[in-house]
Amino acid sequence: MTALAENLNAVDRRGAAGRLSDFFWKHPHVLLTVLLAPPLLWLGVVYVGSLFALLLQSFFSIDDFSGLISYEFTLATYRQLLSETNLDIILRTVSMAAIVTIASALIAFPIAYYAARYAQGKWKVLFYLGVMLPLWSSYLVKIYAWKLILAKEGIVTWFLGKLHLQWLLDAWLSLPVVGGNSLSVSYTGTFIVFVYVWLPFMILPIQAALERVPTNLIEASSDLGGTPAQTFRHVLFPLALPGIVAGSIFTFSLTLGDYIIPQIIGSSRLFIGQAVYAQQGTAGNIPLAAAFTVVPIVIMGAYLFVAKRMGAFDAL
Amino acid sequence: MSTAVLFDNVSRHFGAVRAVDGVNLEIAEGEFFAMLGPSGSGKTTCLRLMAGFEQPSGGHIEIFGETAEGVPPYRRSVNTVFQDYALFPHLSILDNVAYGLMVKGVGREERRKAAEDALAMVKLPNYGSRRPGQLSGGQRQRVALARALVNKPKVLLLDEPLGALDLKLREQMQEELKSLQKSLGITFVFVTHDQGEALSMADRIAVFNDGRIQQLGSPEEVYKQPKTRFVADFVGSSNVLPAKLCQKLGVRSAYASLRPEAIALSAPSEGALSLSGTVAAHSFLGAVNRVVVDVDGARIAVASPAALAVPTIGSPVTISFAANELHPMEDA
Repeated sequence: MTALAENLNAVDRRGAAGRLSDFFWKHPHVLLTVLLAPPLLWLGVVYVGSLFALLLQSFFSIDDFSGLISYEFTLATYRQLLSETNLDIILRTVSMAAIVTIASALIAFPIAYYAARYAQGKWKVLFYLGVMLPLWSSYLVKIYAWKLILAKEGIVTWFLGKLHLQWLLDAWLSLPVVGGNSLSVSYTGTFIVFVYVWLPFMILPIQAALERVPTNLIEASSDLGGTPAQTFRHVLFPLALPGIVAGSIFTFSLTLGDYIIPQIIGSSRLFIGQAVYAQQGTAGNIPLAAAFTVVPIVIMGAYLFVAKRMGAFDAL
Repeated sequence: MSTAVLFDNVSRHFGAVRAVDGVNLEIAEGEFFAMLGPSGSGKTTCLRLMAGFEQPSGGHIEIFGETAEGVPPYRRSVNTVFQDYALFPHLSILDNVAYGLMVKGVGREERRKAAEDALAMVKLPNYGSRRPGQLSGGQRQRVALARALVNKPKVLLLDEPLGALDLKLREQMQEELKSLQKSLGITFVFVTHDQGEALSMADRIAVFNDGRIQQLGSPEEVYKQPKTRFVADFVGSSNVLPAKLCQKLGVRSAYASLRPEAIALSAPSEGALSLSGTVAAHSFLGAVNRVVVDVDGARIAVASPAALAVPTIGSPVTISFAANELHPMEDA
């Protein structure tokens, strides 16, 4: 026994690395500080700091004559933001983000449910590959590909023609608001591409949430007389809700901020992202651009507040 | 008395694994029935077949005279207390207990009343507004029981319900379950790997091994007259006497069982059988001393009252027992 103990102590622990280990073992808080300082500095100074600077800009205004920014506190920019044209842009963007989010959730749930409850082994690998693969290719390439797919001469029109369903597409495109000359210049096209591009960000959180629901809760509900529909409504859906909310934060905020998809696919009417781009670039109106970026932040804040109130995070 | 659950040559195979392999059993109404066996013996699969979570690969199941194959769990008048309780984490205790009534469309006020009564029955009144996460293991166990019983099931299935509780609480719950079953008159089917639990609570026990029932009988029968070597070994560590000793004692069977507490460390009285050997080991178990005696190479355990002196290891000793304590067994 004593010999063994001596042997253990005899292992050389006196190197610099060994002493450092001992020091951290005795002072765990120091280790935590060392590990957390860089990311906290990044988050606190570079990220939140610049965001704050941006918000500050929105309380300045631009001088109409000189085009220079006057650094005096004013709400004039926000008054400008609430003008009819700008409200129109906000309403358009928020509606699109809401519809894209709902559609993504509806499409993502069955896929995530299958992956979480049934897929095993290689099917699970295929699922992850299938969901992630689109994220590996360039965003711009995908969007231009969609422009071709949705164009008047594109594969969608061709395919519907072969099915003798051309009239259906024409009827849809003749509708107000969602219609247009072709899918690629209509809101419908914008919507399809948004859903396609953001879908992985909805599938993965829902799949993670569903995976954490123990099978025996589903069985317990069934055992107590709950039909599959009731089990979904009272057990599965409430427990998956944090995942759906997490996914919707992605799809909603990404749609609110994007300026490339509506630029390439859709009508020429502006979305918030495009407005910000135009204001800070061509127009040089940085305060108004900043005020526009405040809109998604406020909307997301309100959305999370309501979600929390409705108990979306109770199961966390 | 009618039959609550009937298994007629029921099998459940998972690929090449025969989890349940040709099981026949008949559980009477109002009976406290235990399914005992080691893990992987098929007892839990049998319970899941009764609940409807599994469908049989072969054979026929009836619950109160009605065919159970192809009937989904939510259409069976059977409720389950799950091993780890399976309480809904996002619902209050009251909503958990009222769940079965809620999905059946019972009105809010009526189901609240019923759930409160059920909680009072399991001695957890005024716990309704809490969440499952705020309760201890024993309390969650009671909630799971109330949640099942509030539906007034014809058969209550319990899947190792006391497995996660500590010894003291387990003994207390055993008594409570037993008296609850007596007062409600509901058929209880109880799965356990703890032979003490099965012996103390059940009216009848089915001992499972490798997907088959090894023995089905009252606790006393299973304990005192094990039919196979597996039962003798699993239910209370009986001594299995090998063929050589059986011959010596005049038993016409390959093996025989002999309970440790049926053996005395003394010279035989009139009409008793005896063997002589040497003391190989002993240990103190509280009420008794467990003395292992080596008889011609076979190790025989003797439960000797703690009040008696323990012979020293290596000393010669005579063990004796009544002839009717020796039970011949099938070779399995």
